[in-house]
Amino acid sequence: MKKIEVIQNVLEANDTIARRNRQLLDMHKVFVINIMSAPGAGKTSLILQTLTRLKGKLNMAVIEGDVASTVDAEKVQSKAKAVVQINTGNMPESCSLMAAMIESALKDMPLDDIDLIMIENVGNLICPAEFTLGEHKRVVISSLPEGDDKPIKYPLIFVDADAVIINKMDLLPHVDFDIAAFRRSITGLNPKVQVFQLSCKTGEGIERWCSWILEQVGTNAAKR
Amino acid sequence: MHELGVTESIVNIALTKAGEAQASKVIKINLVVGELAGFVPDCIQFYFDSLSKDTIAQGATLHFESVAAELRCRDCSAVFQPQDTLWTCPKCAGRSIEIFKGRELYIESMEVE
Repeated sequence: MKKIEVIQNVLEANDTIARRNRQLLDMHKVFVINIMSAPGAGKTSLILQTLTRLKGKLNMAVIEGDVASTVDAEKVQSKAKAVVQINTGNMPESCSLMAAMIESALKDMPLDDIDLIMIENVGNLICPAEFTLGEHKRVVISSLPEGDDKPIKYPLIFVDADAVIINKMDLLPHVDFDIAAFRRSITGLNPKVQVFQLSCKTGEGIERWCSWILEQVGTNAAKR
Repeated sequence: MHELGVTESIVNIALTKAGEAQASKVIKINLVVGELAGFVPDCIQFYFDSLSKDTIAQGATLHFESVAAELRCRDCSAVFQPQDTLWTCPKCAGRSIEIFKGRELYIESMEVE
């Protein structure tokens, strides 16, 4: 019997592909955000709002990740330059997108004609936290009906987020969601995080989110 | 839930390293798993038994060393273990906390013959 020292990160295979995705994206000057949330928090609604507001300013594409169905892809189809639906139901991981899935989705996209890709991850606050995809920014949406304790219950996804969106602000009078406590929790975990309060339904606060996206895409373009 | 892909990586790494060492059998794989990493050892073992079938890693024992979560207070730099899900510094009651240890997932070593 012989002992071999290994010391090898098990997630390295995913991270390597994610780095390759990032290189490809940077080469084609495409900015990518990875949007994560629990099911029903408003990922598709945010993407639709962003597509509508930034139409004419940016060429946008969407990668939809779902366990099954193409309902989300159909909703965004008419507004995006390109849409790729990934169904994770028959893949090794059904609970999260992984870098290899994005790598094959990018092959189907006209990257030179795209400024921004929005990736809609599988609705889940646990698994997507472990996998990087090659994205430039990680965005987490929390909606008021979920309660203000999610950063306490699922800290990892908030620790690595670049931006956190508090969605469904129009429901504030009807739910017990302590905005100040929620903001304290996320900035405690992650002092540099950008926080946006908005409602995809009424459009309140979307302007500020879209300005941030434009700024990020602009900075990305300037770096080229 | 997301252990299958991770277990595929474990099997791939183990077979590569065993090949490099010209081993004929993998006896044991020592893994280090952080308490905060969302990976369930029983689940990894379950997938491992299926994925390693008909390879030299079939029947290998997976040994998991758990790394307890350690947090660090950004205000006073105290390092502490969380007592509950509320991450508060026991020294200064600060709520600005970073993860110091507990997100690991790596193969530390293997025993082969």
